[in-house]
Amino acid sequence: MSTIQQLLARASMILVAATLTAFSASAATFRFADQGDALSMDPHSLNESLQLTITANVFEPLVGRGKKLELVPLLATSWKQTAPTVWRFTLRQNVKFHDGTPFNADDVIFSYERSKADGSDMKTKIGTVKEIRKIDDYTVDFVTNEPFPILPDTINTWFIMSKVWCEKNNSTTPVDVRKGKENAATLRANGTGPFILKSREPGVRIVFASFPGYWDKVESNVTEATFTPIKNDATRVAALVSGDIDMMEPVPLQDIEKLKAAPNLKVLQGPELRTIFLGMDQSRDELLFSNVKGKNPFKDKRVRQAFYQAIDIEAIKTRIMRGAATPTNLMIAPGIKGFVPEMNKRLPHDAAAAKKLLADAGYPDGFEVGMNCPNDRYVNDSAICQAITAMLAQIGIKVNLMAETKVTYFPKILSRNTSFYMLGWTPDSYDAQNALFALIMTPSPAGQGLFNLGTYSNKRVDELSAQIASELDQTKRNAMIAEAFKIHSDDIGHIPLHQQALAWAMKKNVELVQLADNFNLLKWVVIK
Amino acid sequence: MTPTTAPAHRLARWWGSDLAYNFRHAPVAVVSAVVLVICFGAAFFAPWVAPHNPFDLATLNLMDALTPPHGVAGARPEYLLGTDDQGRDLLSAIMFGARISLLVGLASVIFAMLLGVTLGLIAGYVGGKLDAIIMRIADVQLSFPAILIALLIDGVARAVLPRDAHGPVALFVLIFAIGISNWVQYARTVRGSTMVEKNKDYVHAARVIGIRPLGIMRRHLLPNVMGPVLVLATINIATAIITEATLSFLGIGVPPTQPSLGTLIRVGNDFLFSGEWWITVFPGAALVIMVLAINLLGDWLRDALNPRLQ
Repeated sequence: MSTIQQLLARASMILVAATLTAFSASAATFRFADQGDALSMDPHSLNESLQLTITANVFEPLVGRGKKLELVPLLATSWKQTAPTVWRFTLRQNVKFHDGTPFNADDVIFSYERSKADGSDMKTKIGTVKEIRKIDDYTVDFVTNEPFPILPDTINTWFIMSKVWCEKNNSTTPVDVRKGKENAATLRANGTGPFILKSREPGVRIVFASFPGYWDKVESNVTEATFTPIKNDATRVAALVSGDIDMMEPVPLQDIEKLKAAPNLKVLQGPELRTIFLGMDQSRDELLFSNVKGKNPFKDKRVRQAFYQAIDIEAIKTRIMRGAATPTNLMIAPGIKGFVPEMNKRLPHDAAAAKKLLADAGYPDGFEVGMNCPNDRYVNDSAICQAITAMLAQIGIKVNLMAETKVTYFPKILSRNTSFYMLGWTPDSYDAQNALFALIMTPSPAGQGLFNLGTYSNKRVDELSAQIASELDQTKRNAMIAEAFKIHSDDIGHIPLHQQALAWAMKKNVELVQLADNFNLLKWVVIK
Repeated sequence: MTPTTAPAHRLARWWGSDLAYNFRHAPVAVVSAVVLVICFGAAFFAPWVAPHNPFDLATLNLMDALTPPHGVAGARPEYLLGTDDQGRDLLSAIMFGARISLLVGLASVIFAMLLGVTLGLIAGYVGGKLDAIIMRIADVQLSFPAILIALLIDGVARAVLPRDAHGPVALFVLIFAIGISNWVQYARTVRGSTMVEKNKDYVHAARVIGIRPLGIMRRHLLPNVMGPVLVLATINIATAIITEATLSFLGIGVPPTQPSLGTLIRVGNDFLFSGEWWITVFPGAALVIMVLAINLLGDWLRDALNPRLQ
């Protein structure tokens, strides 16, 4: 009997001591939640913000972004253009992967080859690079097809993987998670980042632990972090309020005020760089989903303008977005390089004018058109589409709205199987060139206009966009960007709606950095 | 007897039957029936009795969105139960939404019941290879979730039907999809009861006097296996309404501009924490009342039809 008591006493003493040591080094755990899960731990398998913000804790790029989105050296210590088409990167020495293997130029070249392979979603990021030459173990040259002055801006979510680890684990090429394929890199990770991936259960949780051998001093005092996907808005709010988690995003707009008022919680809000807009099929001779046969009404600028002017963006802002949106007339947000403030004036909301435009275009009684919309991708996406459907009904357009989950939505619209759709875009280089290249240029096999799903096409805009990519003179470049956006805006190539606002909620003792691209990096999380 | 008097005659005969007597003396059944008649009436006559037509998008005003119901500060007289996030009058939206929910719920359950009961009867009565084939198909189907089968059917329908035709028939595809995904339960239930019943004396007797198998199944077995089926059906109506809401969320049900009751509840759920409780509570209450009434009526029917309880 007494021995058992003694044993118990000793055990409890050890427990107390263990807890004390765990907390004495200002160590902290951090539990955070998001509405979705990272689909894979493979940093090359999916070019999606949520996935990248998770893997960015484990892996690092050559050039990263700081707290104000400025470029900062990570795995590269410096970079410069040695010739118009050559960028030289000097790599950081004494960096180790989590398994202890040292990082060097071979890993960079390996990651480049891996990102070009089938199954990679990173092809757009390194698409301009023709080859990477190894100069020595810690120097590499990126050779581009054409002069590409903004290369360092475009590779900050292109992560470096370990060549040795990938070869050992049979993961030398990424697999497409959207097709349900998996390999070792889907579940495990070996990067150089400040956090180690401890475990991952798809759809349940991802556990991180701080990496003691990290090359840099880390601001964060988090030693263990747990990420949980909680899809349902109300459940996610409840989890934070009840203290099950320390931080979550996005906060449903209707709950912001309530969470702000809670004594132990705070809400961090800021403008997001993503622009939400509508696109229209302007290339087919007959729309896929419409009752107008033999012609495409969207080819007529007056019809596009009627759609634009029928939309009461202020009503959407106040009622659906509860003020947490910035209406826009441009396809890029303030904060993106090349933004032109004076052009950011929307055409007025005017249903009568819109009706007249429709009548002039030959549709006095309107027409029917199918619209595609996601219902779990952007803030209140489906509610916005419904409101627009009602607004268009007021000018006689009958919209057959098809709102669906992003899993089925994106494959559909990316194969251009749509007449009228909603999309959001953040230029991941924080430069207008990316929006022009991906959203506005005439689609071509080389990757231009990959997300120009309505095939808006204007020769002058194409010329300008091509020049912008390689123009070095900043003033000239800005003038060209402004001209390209002016033409696109006058053509009503798309109908821009707004930039949504970011809203994160957390406990009061959590300090973190909210990046405008919705990245939440653990290295900046401090628990007080 | 003239043809016009025949229905009245039949009705009178029904009124005098045991079932009707039982009904008149079961207050729960009477109340449930009255509630259901009101619900069905409100749903069926919605275009004529509802104060607004929430499906007529041109009449919606987004600036009226989130108006609270009567009795709450900020309420407006024209919106008795308040409005939802799109500015739809909630009372009208519930009436119109119930139309879709009830149609989908009832039609898909009737469809599943017809299919399941028929196949279950045949499998149970005939037995042997036919039984094995039908029940293995059922087993295979049972291993897939109902939603998945509904998705599959919708996908096939989308591929087979011309693009433009899909809109108008979406509702029927939905009914068919939910119905198909639910028939197995009926088939298994009926097959089990049939196998018990078919060895009873009255069935043997029927066979001996020369009634053909189809006749035995229809006249003798069917009435005796319907009890559990009716109970199952009443529960399934509620499930079907919820499946419909799920499918609509996945983008293959009814369009969001024509919300069903399930869709209204799901959308309203997001506003529960922020104080706009009415968006989900009223449609939710409507659904609960409806489903409860159906279930109570089903319970009563089961007891009334059970010879052992009489």
